[in-house]
Amino acid sequence: MARALIKVPANARRGDVIEIKTLISHPMETGYRVGANGAMIPRDIITIFTCAYNGEEVFRAQLSPAIAANPFLSFFTVARDSGTLEFRWTGDNGFSATETATITVA
Amino acid sequence: MATDRSAATRRDFLARSGCLAGSAAALSVMRIAPAGATPQALQDAIRQIVGEAAVQPGKVRLDVPALVENGNAVPLTVSVDSPMSAADHVKAVHVLNEKNPQPHVVSVTLGPRAGRAAFSTRIKLADSQQVVALAEMSDGSIWSGSADVIVTLAACVEDLVR
Repeated sequence: MARALIKVPANARRGDVIEIKTLISHPMETGYRVGANGAMIPRDIITIFTCAYNGEEVFRAQLSPAIAANPFLSFFTVARDSGTLEFRWTGDNGFSATETATITVA
Repeated sequence: MATDRSAATRRDFLARSGCLAGSAAALSVMRIAPAGATPQALQDAIRQIVGEAAVQPGKVRLDVPALVENGNAVPLTVSVDSPMSAADHVKAVHVLNEKNPQPHVVSVTLGPRAGRAAFSTRIKLADSQQVVALAEMSDGSIWSGSADVIVTLAACVEDLVR
C-alpha cells in the first residue's frame, strides 16, 4: 500500500481555521516519457483526492500529470466538531488509498 | 488630369490600406490584451473551464519561485482573496500552464467549510512559462492571476535513459 503522511492538529478550538498537510508516495508517471526500450511509459497518476470531515466533503482536488511525484497537498478547513477526517486518493490502474486522522475540538 | 486622378487613387489606396493596417493592429491588440500573450492551448483550456464568462484579473495570488532549478517539483501556493462565508466564497480554483504537454495542472473544489481559500502543492513544469490560476466565485464571477517561472531543468518530457 502506498505510504501516506498526514498532518492534522490534534486539538483545535471550535471555529479555528486549521491547516491540513498530506503527502502520499506515488510515481505520478505522466505518460509522456519514453522508457528504456523506446516505448512510451503508460500514464499512472492519482486523479482525485478528497478530504471528508465527519463524512462531509470539505476539499477535493482533481490532479493531472503536471502534479509532481509523491503528491503533496496542503489546504485549510474550519474545525467544527471533534471527529475524524478521511482522506482518499484514487487514480489510474485501480489505485486507491485511504487514511484517517482524528481531531479533538474544544 | 490623368496623373492627378492616378495620384488621387494612389493616395486613396494608401489611406485605405493604412486604415486597414491600423484597424488590424487594433484588433490583434484587443484580442491579445485581456489575458497576455498566452498560447492557444491555454486559451482553449480557459474557455473550456469558464465557458463564455468574462475573466477578470485580480484577487488570485500565485506563490511560486521566479527561478526554478528543477522543474520536476515546483512548490506552488495559490491563495484567493475571499471572506469564505456562506454568501461569498470561492467555489473552485483551476491552475493551468501554457507549455506542458497538457494545459491542465490541478482543479480544487472549495466551499465555505474551507475557512481560507488557499492550497499548496508541487507541480511539474516542462519549460520556462506562465502559470495561470482561475478562481470561480459563488456569485459566478471568474478571477485570474498568473506568475512567470523560469525553469532551468525541465520536467515531463525528458527520457528515462540518456
